[in-house]
Amino acid sequence: MTDFFPTSEAEAAAFISDCAAAGKTIRILGGGTRARLARDIAADAQLSTQNLTGVTLYEPAEMVISARSGTPVREVLALIDQHNQMLPFEPLDHRTLLATTGEPTMGGLAATNASGPRRIYAGAARDHLIGARFVNGRGEIVKSGGRVMKNVTGLDLVKVHCGAYGTLGLLTEVTFKLRPKPERVATLIYKRLDEASAIRLLGEALGSPFEITGAAYLPIGHGRDFSRALLRIEGFDASVSYRIDELRRRFAAYATPREALEGPDADRLWRAVRDVEFLSAPAEAPLWRLSVKPSDAAACVAHLRAIDGARYFYDLGGGLIWFTDPSGQNAALIRDTLAAMNGHATLVRGPDALRQAVPPFSPLPAAQEKLMRSVKHAFDPQRLINPDLMYPGL
Amino acid sequence: MTAIAFPAPDATILARRGEIIAGLTQLVPAECLVTSDIEMRVFETDALTAYRRMPLAVVLPRNTQEVSAILRYCNDLHVPVIPRGAGTSLSGGAIPQEDAVVIGVAKMNRILEVDTFNRFIRVEAGVTNLGVSNAIVAEGFFYAPDPSSQLACTIGGNVGMNSGGAHCLKYGVTSNNVLGVKMVLMDGEIVEVGGPGPDHPGFDLLGFIVGSEGQLGIVTEATLRILPIAEGARPVLFGFASSEIAGACVAAIIAAGIIPVAMEFMDKAAVAICEAFAGAGYPLHVEALLIIEVEGSETEMDAQLAQIIAIAQQHEVQVIRQSQSAMEAAQIWKGRKSAFGATGRVADYICMDGTVPTGQLSYVLKRTGEIVKEYGLRVANVFHAGDGNMHPLIMYNVNDPKEQEKAEAAGNDILKLCVDVGGCLTGEHGVGIEKRDLMRHQYADVDLQQQMRVRAAFDEAWLLNPAKVFPLDGRVMG
Repeated sequence: MTDFFPTSEAEAAAFISDCAAAGKTIRILGGGTRARLARDIAADAQLSTQNLTGVTLYEPAEMVISARSGTPVREVLALIDQHNQMLPFEPLDHRTLLATTGEPTMGGLAATNASGPRRIYAGAARDHLIGARFVNGRGEIVKSGGRVMKNVTGLDLVKVHCGAYGTLGLLTEVTFKLRPKPERVATLIYKRLDEASAIRLLGEALGSPFEITGAAYLPIGHGRDFSRALLRIEGFDASVSYRIDELRRRFAAYATPREALEGPDADRLWRAVRDVEFLSAPAEAPLWRLSVKPSDAAACVAHLRAIDGARYFYDLGGGLIWFTDPSGQNAALIRDTLAAMNGHATLVRGPDALRQAVPPFSPLPAAQEKLMRSVKHAFDPQRLINPDLMYPGL
Repeated sequence: MTAIAFPAPDATILARRGEIIAGLTQLVPAECLVTSDIEMRVFETDALTAYRRMPLAVVLPRNTQEVSAILRYCNDLHVPVIPRGAGTSLSGGAIPQEDAVVIGVAKMNRILEVDTFNRFIRVEAGVTNLGVSNAIVAEGFFYAPDPSSQLACTIGGNVGMNSGGAHCLKYGVTSNNVLGVKMVLMDGEIVEVGGPGPDHPGFDLLGFIVGSEGQLGIVTEATLRILPIAEGARPVLFGFASSEIAGACVAAIIAAGIIPVAMEFMDKAAVAICEAFAGAGYPLHVEALLIIEVEGSETEMDAQLAQIIAIAQQHEVQVIRQSQSAMEAAQIWKGRKSAFGATGRVADYICMDGTVPTGQLSYVLKRTGEIVKEYGLRVANVFHAGDGNMHPLIMYNVNDPKEQEKAEAAGNDILKLCVDVGGCLTGEHGVGIEKRDLMRHQYADVDLQQQMRVRAAFDEAWLLNPAKVFPLDGRVMG
């Protein structure tokens, strides 16, 4: 397999164009920290974005940043931090959970729609990606969107790249909208609630006007020998104080949280939720990402709890359940349980044999699968870029 | 007389009109079919009223299955279809053509599911934008995107156009608030995309569908994210001596880390027009007016307003008027929200819809005034300053063909200017027929071709809303 490290978008386009002429397939790699997501694939060539780096536009007063796709996320965060700004979707860093090393990149973040707990309030990476430049499977450089917040000019080719794992083209530059960092962040911790009560509490709090920006539930054993329901509140100092008091008062029937957690301990706790640190070991234990309506979450887990060695916790108010199935024998049960609840189960981590045997993403209804193939064809007619990565034959 | 071209109607389709209508009567009951000239008159245009075309027929199906049957029938006969919500499109997105069947979603207006615990609502496409919020207000929830036409416009139209509104600064546009749709493809196939949960397998097709201007399919149901209503909201008026200073004040507020729920800008001409209509108490002597709305508890609003007022004072604010009651607050918004209607009392106008980087607002406002003046016309500016989405209202006399041409030419110059400073042709109204021929100013051919290939992936024969969005020449199929 040839490795290619373009130093410019034009070089990347020329390479893909040559591959298209020769009918060679290409695997795209950023920092490699998320390379074990989705399916393993073989390709004739590998293109790395590691030399496509640099912030190309940053306007703090307009809350917008553009960076070449190989730019380390760390560099972007450090830069915007100087202006007290953040990527509002709190990007998930997959290194802990996938036991990978290297640097997460802006392109990888966009391609995997990597989003963390604040997604429940602010939306996912796809909601903040407002512009992109990419090279399609014909070797053409295409731009879509731009740098302004509101843009409905023509078809939005931007959002579809989020969660397409690079199968629709090589992202060369991404533009995200930013938000100011909150002046103060505080977390209320409700201890020793059973799962059903905890999820009811999270849902009711999310339905209150207090703008909860994190709502997770950690059963016993996730860092403590008692369970914890977490509610995060952010904003100006006066707002946070007011909201803490109101939440305590309004939900006193559930439990009385102690003083709100703030500072580095709280940051560490939410980072652990974001990066799934509680379930990072053992590194090969199959890990699933289950997506359901929060009101179905506890019932969903009740179906799966009997799985030998199962461990799990809830984020996004219960709508996201991280779940380990150590034996790797229960994929069908997990998929069927989620399907019965109109939910979805994604296999995020597992040993090679399991990842070859079990499709990582839930199967699609026929009509949708057909559309997906047409869309892939519109971007990459010869199926050269990351072929088979999401679904076989796609 | 008018500058925007329509494709020549297909004579073979026109010749078969009777047969096609007869076929449609087999698919829907008579009350769902509109075929007489006098009744179809309502459908010959939308809110871009300078252009009109009589359709072949209008169908108002009652459910997804009927939409599917009609589309399959039209697809088999190769008859173009124009999807239509309430017909409030300002860009001509719902204007018919003589050889096309209009499919309106007005009869599909049921609320299907309200789930406040999981914070979503599922509605049929013909429910109005305000109808969604009204269905959940008693439970303390609302639907965030709030176009000025929200009383009339439908969710189906909002999805098609990716509609925005005054409160998008904080809550995002339609695409940030749609969780899933049920949609019928041109061949009659029914697909469901997305849904209430956070993750869905496969490509993010919703990203394409929202804002596709009815070119990918007809949305019949939508699952929408709903949000808890804030404890309180308070708009405040700020008057400034110039547009430049008002623009700088907007930038300074954002730079200070404050995201108000809305920041609306009106120039002197717009203030005069809206005040004469709504009696909102707007100051008439200032050159630029900002309506800034904050929300939260009384304490939170006081604290946030104190910061905003301090910034405004650094920008030589001339007038600060805080609303003292819910009625005053409603009055302030009434003035702003009636801007389009109020301008219509004064003159005919076309409403432009470009977005610019907020740092370019002052420059673009200045140049807009100059451009319109060069054409010998007048302009009023009212827009969403926080996200740079401008709405110059260019006034002219609709009965004077020369003035209409000038107004359109001035509008085109302004939209090109928006693109040239780093913005785009449309922030929330869509391309429709209005900006179709300007698309090449914003996009290179290769960019447009990629969009067109995606479009053709959904509708290979280009039968859905075919004369919209993309320039008529140089079209690319799948």
